[in-house]
Amino acid sequence: MPKRTDIKKILLIGSGPIIISQACEFDYSGTQACKALREEGYEVILINSNPATIMTDPEMADRTYVEPITPEAVEKIIASERPDALLPTLGGQTGLNTAVALAESGVLARYGVEMIGASLPVIHKAEDREKFRHAMERIGLAMPKSGFARNMNEVVNIAEEIGFPIIIRAAFTLGGTGSGVAYNREELNEIAKAGLEASMISEVMVEQSVLGWKEYELEVMRDRADNVVIICSIENFDAMGVHTGESITVAPAQTLTDREYQKMRNAAIAIMREIGVETGGSNVQFAVHPKTGEMIVVEMNPRVSRSSALASKATGFPIAKIAAKLAVGYTLDEIPNDITRETMASFEPAIDYVVTKIPRWTFEKFPETEDYLTTSMKSVGETMAIGRTFKESLQKAVRSLEIGRFGLGQALPEEEQARNQLLQSKLIQPNSLRLFYIAEALKNGIAIDDVHDWTKIDPWFLHQIREILEAEEELAGAQPSAELLRDAKKMGFSDRALGELWNKTESEIRDWRKRENIAPVYKLVDTCAAEFEAYTPYYYSTYEQENEIRPSAKKKIAIIGGGPNRIGQGIEFDYCCVHASFALSEEGIESIMINSNPETVSTDYDTSDKLFFEPVTLEDVLHILEAEKPDGVIVQFGGQTPLNLARGLEEAGVPIIGTSPAAIDRAENRDRFQEIVKKLNLKQPDNDTAMNVEEALAAAGRIGYPVLVRPSYVLGGRSMEIVYDPETLRSFMARALLVSPGHPVLIDRFLEDAVEVDVDAISDGRTTVVAGIMEHIEEAGIHSGDSACILPPVTIAPSMMERIDAQTKMLAAELGVVGLMNIQYAIKDKELYVLEVNPRASRTVPFVSKAVGVPLAKIATRVMLGKTLQDLGFTKTIVPKHVSVKEAVFPFNRFPGADIILGPEMKSTGEVMGIDRSFGMAFAKSQMAAGFQMPSSGSVFISVHDRHKEGIADVAASLAKLGFKILATSGTAAYLNGRGTAAATVRKVSEGRPHVVDLIKNGDIQMVINTSVGRKSTQDAYSIRHGALSYNILYTTTLAGARALAEAAKAWIEEDWGVCPLQEYYKKQNGAVIPGERSATRLVPFSVKPGRDD
Amino acid sequence: MSPFKKNRRALLVLEDGSVFEGSAFAGAGEALGEVVFNTGMTGYQEIVTDPSYKGQIVAMTYPLIGNTGVNDEDMESAGLHLEGFLVREYQSHPSNWRMTKSLRAYLEDAGKIGMEGLDTRALTRRLRRSGSMKGILSTVSRDIPSLLEKVQNAPGLVGRDLVREVSCTKPYRWNQGAPEAFGPPVGKSPGKLRVVVLDCGVKYNILRILESHGCEVMVLPAEATGRQVLSCDPDGILFSNGPGDPAALPYLVETARGVLGKMPVFGICLGHQILGQAVGGRTQKLKFGHHGINQPVKNLKTGRVEITSQNHGFVVAPESVGGKASPTFTNLNDATSEGMQMEGAMSVQYHPEAAPGPRDTEYLFSRFVAMMKKRR
Repeated sequence: MPKRTDIKKILLIGSGPIIISQACEFDYSGTQACKALREEGYEVILINSNPATIMTDPEMADRTYVEPITPEAVEKIIASERPDALLPTLGGQTGLNTAVALAESGVLARYGVEMIGASLPVIHKAEDREKFRHAMERIGLAMPKSGFARNMNEVVNIAEEIGFPIIIRAAFTLGGTGSGVAYNREELNEIAKAGLEASMISEVMVEQSVLGWKEYELEVMRDRADNVVIICSIENFDAMGVHTGESITVAPAQTLTDREYQKMRNAAIAIMREIGVETGGSNVQFAVHPKTGEMIVVEMNPRVSRSSALASKATGFPIAKIAAKLAVGYTLDEIPNDITRETMASFEPAIDYVVTKIPRWTFEKFPETEDYLTTSMKSVGETMAIGRTFKESLQKAVRSLEIGRFGLGQALPEEEQARNQLLQSKLIQPNSLRLFYIAEALKNGIAIDDVHDWTKIDPWFLHQIREILEAEEELAGAQPSAELLRDAKKMGFSDRALGELWNKTESEIRDWRKRENIAPVYKLVDTCAAEFEAYTPYYYSTYEQENEIRPSAKKKIAIIGGGPNRIGQGIEFDYCCVHASFALSEEGIESIMINSNPETVSTDYDTSDKLFFEPVTLEDVLHILEAEKPDGVIVQFGGQTPLNLARGLEEAGVPIIGTSPAAIDRAENRDRFQEIVKKLNLKQPDNDTAMNVEEALAAAGRIGYPVLVRPSYVLGGRSMEIVYDPETLRSFMARALLVSPGHPVLIDRFLEDAVEVDVDAISDGRTTVVAGIMEHIEEAGIHSGDSACILPPVTIAPSMMERIDAQTKMLAAELGVVGLMNIQYAIKDKELYVLEVNPRASRTVPFVSKAVGVPLAKIATRVMLGKTLQDLGFTKTIVPKHVSVKEAVFPFNRFPGADIILGPEMKSTGEVMGIDRSFGMAFAKSQMAAGFQMPSSGSVFISVHDRHKEGIADVAASLAKLGFKILATSGTAAYLNGRGTAAATVRKVSEGRPHVVDLIKNGDIQMVINTSVGRKSTQDAYSIRHGALSYNILYTTTLAGARALAEAAKAWIEEDWGVCPLQEYYKKQNGAVIPGERSATRLVPFSVKPGRDD
Repeated sequence: MSPFKKNRRALLVLEDGSVFEGSAFAGAGEALGEVVFNTGMTGYQEIVTDPSYKGQIVAMTYPLIGNTGVNDEDMESAGLHLEGFLVREYQSHPSNWRMTKSLRAYLEDAGKIGMEGLDTRALTRRLRRSGSMKGILSTVSRDIPSLLEKVQNAPGLVGRDLVREVSCTKPYRWNQGAPEAFGPPVGKSPGKLRVVVLDCGVKYNILRILESHGCEVMVLPAEATGRQVLSCDPDGILFSNGPGDPAALPYLVETARGVLGKMPVFGICLGHQILGQAVGGRTQKLKFGHHGINQPVKNLKTGRVEITSQNHGFVVAPESVGGKASPTFTNLNDATSEGMQMEGAMSVQYHPEAAPGPRDTEYLFSRFVAMMKKRR
């Protein structure tokens, strides 16, 4: 069947900010969908609030709305764009839920918008567990025993029938939020209550536990002619009980015979038909009893998912792209397979390698939360590796994780070893390091049977791990030989791991291998196990006979990606890498992408001329560069990961283009950077280093409290603190010296209440253009990644803007920047301080690019290729007439016990963008995009630290004037009443009931303003913030945030809000304005924040 | 044992002189055969027990083989017929609840050589480019010139009747999932359809499915004549899959001619090629054949795509049966003939019995049963 001609305009809903369980895999799928639909001549209208996505690049859709993904916003878009169809299945659960809301409220019918891909009844049938269960019964498939409960009574009744252990799953939530396993009554109460609260429809499923069963997933596609194919089977290494997003997973399935696999395949196909997914991809999960083979259906997702992104990367079959084409009417046998060209998409990929995915966790960021894995997701990213054996694939995946492990058997930290007696419990209770505990247990001689008993992991996997350990033991005990070296490389051992076994350095092993001619070969991911010729150069390495790499004679540049997403290094860097690739192809240069992250656009085989799906380690990257011999390598776009390789690459003679690694080091090295600051006569906060408590106290005394302290040689902002007094400093020092023994602690003067500014600039080596100056809303001291920011700034005076511009140019020139540069400044008492200079792409590059309408990373790439900014026509700062706000999005609700307070350590997983004509409305939009309701009436609860009382008075007054009722804790209330704003007193939790949390629960509070100072916060403050978090109440923990919220509330109440696509904003933008000339475009300043101008 | 398995080195030499090194995980000695690759990611047990692989050395493109051992239920015949088995990495610690034996033990008991450690993808690419080749697998000799000589002197598949080597020698009845000696002819039980299966190397799953459809299944040796077949008073006849060159089986073509039109006939794989010849068509050899479980086939009647299990190196030339049989299925990858229909007979090149592979086309057995019922 050919494509439909009765529809012309299609609306796509994206998935919004990167959050745990919904990450950049939906940028990958959305981008593919945009491309596929436009290729077919459809007009694509897109909504997504996430500026860091490729899909929101203005070239990707005809009209791109960076607006909050709420039914209201989408309705406004529908009203003005009048699309013919809405494709809801490519924007994750957010896209699906929003589409459902629009269909249910009648908006789609009212505007005549057809839902394509999956209809409302289909979505309901798949997502509503009761309906799904009935459907499964009709086709004779089993599900775990279960019942639905809408209150605790019902929960208990059902639980009694089923018996413990019991799984609680909240209906209509993301990534298993509000889900958990209860082994007893008490846990049942706790988990079911949270589940009922988390569910959008206040419903939980109480379910028979199939903990310990084997878990599988099938990725299925169906077209409207009822052709169904299975794209990929995935087996979970971790048994049932661990969310599939938290599991190590392997493709294809390893421990099923054909008979068992076909039974599952038949079931998946029957489910597709019964649920009625008309076109597109779905994911079906199964559990299999390890002793009897009994198979049950766990769930299905009638949309593309994290697993489908993984399956696409694992097989080379682009599920989202094909799903988009099926949605507009094509059938599978009409769509060519890009990779083989001669065959069609109507087949089932055969792969001839093993794919291993390992999630990447960041428990270290949330020390209050215990490291254990459940049916609710906590991982923030994942890495995938391809090898010809499971052992090779697993070892590559381990080093791809970038957690400092280059092999399985590498000893656990001493602290962990001391807990060896706890090994059994570490195996029983799934946790982020369980793979390594398994290795430790097997090394300690614990039997495979016992390990299996405790972990329920299939013995097949455990034997694989043991074989790696046995090999390691043999290597360690043997005289190193070329033959052993060859064998070890074949099994996936890294040079680093071999070096440790043989007491040699990584480079010694590499040199030895070179002498022995032991190098990897590259094989193609071709969807067909070499049955057909493949045309798409998507490679992985292995140690075998035949090399399939075909280096071209063209000019080529390699881009090193950022590896797995983590807090602090996410989609923003992938965005830059993808732009580099686009720019290269526009310049006619061959692009070579190296990355290990299966979620991203960068690892789409369609993005670059060549894709190497490989660990981003020095060894693996050097191999590729030696094989491809590119003319240049880009390291400044992928975040810290490629930068960490820069020196090693340079030593190996690799031509790094753009800013030199030496310059990067000059900026990153504290002492060397101080010299630059001195030389240029700039200002830095006073600072010092200390090796012990006494030195620290002396330094802090000299600098003056508060001070910002951090141990050196720890990763990204970790353990950084603001210290207000000697006592706290003492306890910090005790911890810091433990974390990083033998290294100095860095002590900086903390600029209290300073305004922080982020600057992104591009330099071609001669000319530097400031691309964007962003004013942070939160004061200095809050990690820049966690702070909201505004572009253009609203409270910084023109003269200060000029100073920022000038200093940025001086620093760029001094460092010899070629490409992108990011500087963080602080403004305090009319002084400008340089906090940090990073001569590389920053997290804010996509935001600035979208705000000013200039593709910065592309320009930077061209500059690195030797073009001048003059050549490229980018010589002046563009100051847009609209206001753009970037707001951070946090994963606190995933980490029980974590406090939502912000500090110098980054905790956000993603960001949203709000754009409008005024700051207030842009900020309001950013809050809605982040998932909060903007209140137009009701009560605001205020409880602030003494230091902030004076500042909060204006905020309270302004809110009261807007008609909000002010509620406050006794101290704050007294102060506010004294300043003329009527505030009613509300009890703290410790003061008896009804208290503030009761009010939050009852829906009597619409906004929470709660600040504290320092690391310690009282139990009362914690309860308040936790209540706000649990009930998703708009909140802020900073004074500056409170000011912005008041401004937003004002705009929300007084202005009409509308939606506008990026393309329109850019059209209205008439020419470039240089900083300092911007008084004409001056926007509404903070009406409630006095005296920040200099 | 060292995890770096190196105990028994093995060599594979192809007729074009290419050499692949590895080691033996099962068996020892030498084996000659046509080297083919199979792209199925599951189903190695069904593959090693499929009689159609007689005369062939099979390389699996999926690198890990042996993961689930071998069990009693998934046998496709009473023994092993392939000449040798090539895998990238044998799994010496199989795990599956139905497993009764390891693949290693199973191959060794049957005296077959299993080789691992070779670059199976390079081998696949070689075969894809040059077409199927003869090869020799040796654990005893490292003398490449003499191995090459042996390969080049070995007979290929073309013109060879391998059916006689795998067909049963005595008729048997398929009863409750197992062969049972064929007693004296008995009267038909009322309501049961009797199917005579000509065993050209039949896969047990064909018999299992017929039985599950309520048929009484009688299996006759391939050499049975048309008269012998008809003397069983069948309601339908099935020409099974089997190994070797279909052009080397004139006696089977003759049998087919004797029964076509007299009662419903179903041909599967080799059986399809026999029926094709019986109506006057001819067969030809494919470059490297279809061996896998992901082959898309278009049902020409419904337009639907069905994913099929396939294992054949020869096909019926479609133009050669023009006018005598109408095409019913076509392969979506290379447009080769996948099925045809004649008066009272149907045949498919692929394996509707699957095992291994998708069950998308199992409905053909129901159709065959319906054809028999209709005639009754």
